[in-house]
Amino acid sequence: MTITTTSTGHPVDNGVNVAALVGAREALSAAPAAGEFTWKATCTWQRGTHSRSVVDAFTGLGEVQRHTSTYTFDVDHPECFASADEGAAPVEYVLVGLAGCLTAGVASIAQHRGIQLRTVTAIVEGEMNVLGILGGDPDVRNGFDRITARFAIEADASREDLEALLAQSQKRSAVFDVITNPTDVVVELV
Amino acid sequence: MRTTTVVVGAGHAGLAMSHRLTERSVEHVVLDRGDVADSWRTKRWPGLRLLTPNWMLGLPGQPGDLPDPDGFLGAPEVAGLVDRYARQIDAPVRTHTTVRSVRRPGLGFEVCTDDGAWQADAVILATGANATPIVPSCAAALPPTITQRTGFDYRGPDLLPEGSVLVVGASATGVQIAAELRRAGRPVVLAVGEHVRLPRTYRARDIFWWLQATGVLAERHDQVEDLSRARRLPSPQLVGSVAPVDLASLTAAGVRLVGRLAAVGHGVARFSGSLRNVCALADLKMTRFLDRADAWAACSSLDDALPPPTRPARTPVPDRPCLSLDLAREHITTVVWATGFRPDYSWVDLPVFDRSARLRHHGGAVTDAPGLYALGLPMLRTRASSYIHGAAADTEALADLLVADLAR
Repeated sequence: MTITTTSTGHPVDNGVNVAALVGAREALSAAPAAGEFTWKATCTWQRGTHSRSVVDAFTGLGEVQRHTSTYTFDVDHPECFASADEGAAPVEYVLVGLAGCLTAGVASIAQHRGIQLRTVTAIVEGEMNVLGILGGDPDVRNGFDRITARFAIEADASREDLEALLAQSQKRSAVFDVITNPTDVVVELV
Repeated sequence: MRTTTVVVGAGHAGLAMSHRLTERSVEHVVLDRGDVADSWRTKRWPGLRLLTPNWMLGLPGQPGDLPDPDGFLGAPEVAGLVDRYARQIDAPVRTHTTVRSVRRPGLGFEVCTDDGAWQADAVILATGANATPIVPSCAAALPPTITQRTGFDYRGPDLLPEGSVLVVGASATGVQIAAELRRAGRPVVLAVGEHVRLPRTYRARDIFWWLQATGVLAERHDQVEDLSRARRLPSPQLVGSVAPVDLASLTAAGVRLVGRLAAVGHGVARFSGSLRNVCALADLKMTRFLDRADAWAACSSLDDALPPPTRPARTPVPDRPCLSLDLAREHITTVVWATGFRPDYSWVDLPVFDRSARLRHHGGAVTDAPGLYALGLPMLRTRASSYIHGAAADTEALADLLVADLAR
């Protein structure tokens, strides 16, 4: 593996194993079936609008894979919707997903391009008129009108390099794709 | 019938190969399903102009220079040029001969045509990169009232039904057709996915002068970092005219930019929310190339003679890009698919393709079938391979390889 160094000669370390990612791309290109993943969340209603989702396993590389621990997410609506606010709102989890995906991309691509990151902060906002979900105006959609992600990045790189980093991170982001393109959604009773 | 080498395709690349083989006294025949330069006659619209200037049209053995090295030829003129070239080099062309299959029953190849079979030691696939238009599967979901055209059967604004046009794809074909339709007064919506932006001219020189001078066109297939990406790169967003055509000029002319076409259903077209990012990516990549051009110029003796560096403005993206379009309500009567082309090797009955049906080759030598060679594919041997003059170096290298392989 090539060790990329910064202008000051220190190896770039954003904590991302780029060699493993590049290796995975090559391995999966040769054995595309292993690249078929299924991600999973299991949600249980608690009370009111409060639910709890658990994420622990997914399938990929031809078998069931387990996270190193079980992650739990409380989901609820805020008090101004007359709810108990036992957790973040579902739409906020969408923003969390986008922020996490783009940030992971920024770190990985920075590592690959030899850019040492010091801090990365993103504020992700989704605008929405809630008359849509309340059924108050048929011309207003339920979802976001616009999502804005504002990244503040401190790194050994020019502004142009950082813009390129953000652009490439969007290009390679699963959640960015999920949000910007239609997805076939199947919801059924079992 | 027997010959040493069968060349399939009498376009510029097949003919250039014919000239190389004649130079090397290799017996051969050039087969084409139509006339010489058939695609340029039957599969291009009259308004098409090459995006490469005339100085990039030189072919081996072609006497003299083309007039107006900085001009751009239209499709009929390219057909005329290739036709003249076939006669100049006295190529052994058999026109109106369709190849049905290429097989290798024993040591050599068998090329079956609708006019008999050829036995040969080597076969050259010179049918090109743009043999079939790529049309996305969502085309099937368009209402039957909508007229659909591709770069192959679009013939100009006058031959489309009245109404607005959705042009899908903003590479060379899409921007040129969108500009032509808009000039004819049509309301045009242009769906923009990933694209390669380049200014027509930079510091008073054509962009291809820069691509040549900086060594980009000479970059080799075995030297680029990501070859499969380099081979998939869409054609640059350029039109063969002095007046630049890009997303900014199209917007100024009233063309409406939307994101990549993502889905069609119930008479509604949906566009990706990635328009801003695909434009940002293209702007950044263009700037990187212009930086490289400036760095090259600074090291050359030309820097003082050239106007100072400038940067084109960022691509203007609508503040609220349209995400879905009701086709009937917007009076869209035609969809033009400018979504790329691919080679058609369906008649090659040999196990030489990868799982995406792409030909596996190393610089044009087909990996799993010694004696089989390809021409005219993007990044076949260098970045110049995409362009007409690239055939000069590619055919020379492959003809040498072919002669060496035959001697083995």
